[in-house]
Amino acid sequence: MVSGLTVGERQRGAVILVVLAIIGLVMAAAGAERDDPIQTHGFVILLFSFGVLCLLLKDFDAPEPPADRLESYYDDPIKAGIVLSMTWAVFGMAIGDWVAWLLAFPDMTFDASWASFGRLRPVHTTGVIFGFGGNALIATSFHVMQRTSRARMPDQFSAWFVLIGYNLFCILAVSGYLIGITQSKEYAEPEWYADIWLVIVWVVYLLLYLRTLARRKEPHIYVANWYYLAFILVVAILHVVNNLAVPTSLAAAKSYSLFSGVQDAMTQWWYGHNAVAFFLTAGFLGMLYYYLPKRAERPIYSYRLSIVGFWGITFFYMWVGSHHLHYTALPDWVQTLGMTFSLMLLVPSWIAAGNALATLNGAWHRVRDDATLRFMMMAAVFYGLSTFEGSFMAIRPVNALSHYTDWTIAHVHAGVLGWDALVTFGAFYALVPWLWKRERMYSPALVEVHFWLAMAGVLIYVFAMWNSGIIQGLMWRTYNDSGTLTYSFLDSMIAMHPYYIARAIGGLLFLIGVLVGCYNIWMTIRRPAQRTAPAGDTPLPLPAAPLPANPQPAE
Amino acid sequence: MFRTHYRIERKSVVLAVAIMLVASIGGLIEIAPLFTIDETVEADPDMRVYTPLELAGRNIYMREGCYACHSQMIRTLQDEVERYGPYSLAVESQYDHPMLWGSKRTGPDLARVGGKYSDHWHAAHLTDPRDVVPESIMPRYAFLRETLLRTAHLPDDLRALRRAGVPYTREMIAHAAADAGAQASPGDDTAGLIERYGEATQVRAFDGDEGKVTEMDALVAYLQILGKLSSAAQAPQPAHIARK
Repeated sequence: MVSGLTVGERQRGAVILVVLAIIGLVMAAAGAERDDPIQTHGFVILLFSFGVLCLLLKDFDAPEPPADRLESYYDDPIKAGIVLSMTWAVFGMAIGDWVAWLLAFPDMTFDASWASFGRLRPVHTTGVIFGFGGNALIATSFHVMQRTSRARMPDQFSAWFVLIGYNLFCILAVSGYLIGITQSKEYAEPEWYADIWLVIVWVVYLLLYLRTLARRKEPHIYVANWYYLAFILVVAILHVVNNLAVPTSLAAAKSYSLFSGVQDAMTQWWYGHNAVAFFLTAGFLGMLYYYLPKRAERPIYSYRLSIVGFWGITFFYMWVGSHHLHYTALPDWVQTLGMTFSLMLLVPSWIAAGNALATLNGAWHRVRDDATLRFMMMAAVFYGLSTFEGSFMAIRPVNALSHYTDWTIAHVHAGVLGWDALVTFGAFYALVPWLWKRERMYSPALVEVHFWLAMAGVLIYVFAMWNSGIIQGLMWRTYNDSGTLTYSFLDSMIAMHPYYIARAIGGLLFLIGVLVGCYNIWMTIRRPAQRTAPAGDTPLPLPAAPLPANPQPAE
Repeated sequence: MFRTHYRIERKSVVLAVAIMLVASIGGLIEIAPLFTIDETVEADPDMRVYTPLELAGRNIYMREGCYACHSQMIRTLQDEVERYGPYSLAVESQYDHPMLWGSKRTGPDLARVGGKYSDHWHAAHLTDPRDVVPESIMPRYAFLRETLLRTAHLPDDLRALRRAGVPYTREMIAHAAADAGAQASPGDDTAGLIERYGEATQVRAFDGDEGKVTEMDALVAYLQILGKLSSAAQAPQPAHIARK
């Protein structure tokens, strides 16, 4: 991997790692002086930089990459991103399943502070959303931006900086929760210094994307890139605004959010729901809009629907965060706006999902035979169902029942497992043989096994949580004949027990599927490579045959 | 429209700027007015701030991720009001940086848990929830009883909150560390603490052990103040509780 970098890039990398190590050392020293947990993070940064530096120095004197490297795409960071993504998937989902069992059997915490549900839960959400999802998005975006632009990324360094820097952020986040460093803002728990680091990484990411697009040999920017661009840009806006905070000291991890009370609630859910929108939806739609048509060997069904869907999602989503705050102290006018836009949002969401599914017209026999394509097809179906459910749950009287219950958990997991994870696995199964220049995956049968394990897992999970959520919501509001509440809170909690066990089993099945996927990917990588790149997989200005995935604009 | 788009999608920077503009509208219209419209947050001149000990307890509540299972927001629904008490008002979390309204009730709402149970119950419940509620699925927090509360840097916390808009005075900031200890040590001189934070300040050995100030003291002190910083919500309720 290091041998792909020019000597100048290796030096730049070494300098940055040394600077980072010094920052880590300063944080460790300042934190130790104050006896603040930030010292642990100082050591984490120090060790991380040192480890990466060792990898870099090991091959520092390797010969420079040949000049003809510019005639092929740069795929090393994509490969690393896929491996990292699958590693985070196993980690994040294993923690998720563990905490699911904790809710059924609460005494498995060893009386250790780090092992309680409250600290492990953000480890699960961050591990899956940012570790698994984020690495998958970064890796596939590097692939899609080069292929649809028919251009190599401008340098080798930036992509590595983004990928490694982003994983440092994820490690800081996850390790922080275990030792009690958290802002407590849902899905934005990392503290101020990790947030600042992510901003730096993200700016490099955006610049890399725009610089690659600037080198493109296709006149038009393909729709998948619009989604990836929206993902990068809007996540930056959300991240910066939601994380505005006053640190207690430069030598302390703790900070206090700049906003309070109702304004903070609105800001957090404007962030929270649009993390769903632009991290978990827009980015993965970018993935779907490239890998699904490529795998089906069909052009996108409609160029115009792509445009309407994209701008509808970009515009409407930003209004809907307030549906997380129905009947709360948030002013009614904001709640009403949130509900209204949530309903309107169904239109572009279903346009995006329908456009993807209609792309499969004429390729349904492939869906039947090819589990990889079926992963992506089912992802589009789950996307359509989840967005319908989301709009439904945003209606105020429905939300009165569903809010605070496990129904929300069902909805989130139908989205993240059914939509994001399935489309990622489909994309990876398509991508791994292309990148490692193999004819196909090591075992198509194992892809099939993974598909059915995933399907069984997500359905058991979602049905268990639908049941428990609706039972919970109904028990809380049931009155008896004398006009008083029938059930104590405890009654509703006891009623959840069987569903919590069912949910943990569903999650376990899904996790086993991921392990099967890891094995399959690993064995594919280990097989001997074909000699030549697949036809057409070079950035050279070849005869202008458009990529199959590139719809010809209708004009 | 599609013809315009056909041109836009050939220019990456134009596309990027258009995405940022289109995406910014919703947030600007929904969030910015919340800072300027006066009716958003009710006025309560008697609203109290957290004492340093309660603030430290609140930080422990966040550190342990309690908000993942407990909400602090009673909605304007009849069954919630009957179960938990008067619905929550915006003013009650006016000084909450960040707010802890929560999104999930694996356990019950805590917005008005202050005063509902004794200190002793809380300490026993946090030590082993199944001692008091056999069916509980809450984790044990016995280690809080053993962990001494770190108070030395509390002035920094108050100062940061003051920058963010909480009306802590210079005296409050200067005495934060001592005040935190005093609130859990009824034998000590608590006159300054009471003078700074008011007559209603609860001074007790919250964990039942007067000898030392532990994280258990801080967390219980925080739980016992929940719903009691303002009495605005106890006023006769307006008639718009949603009836199902």
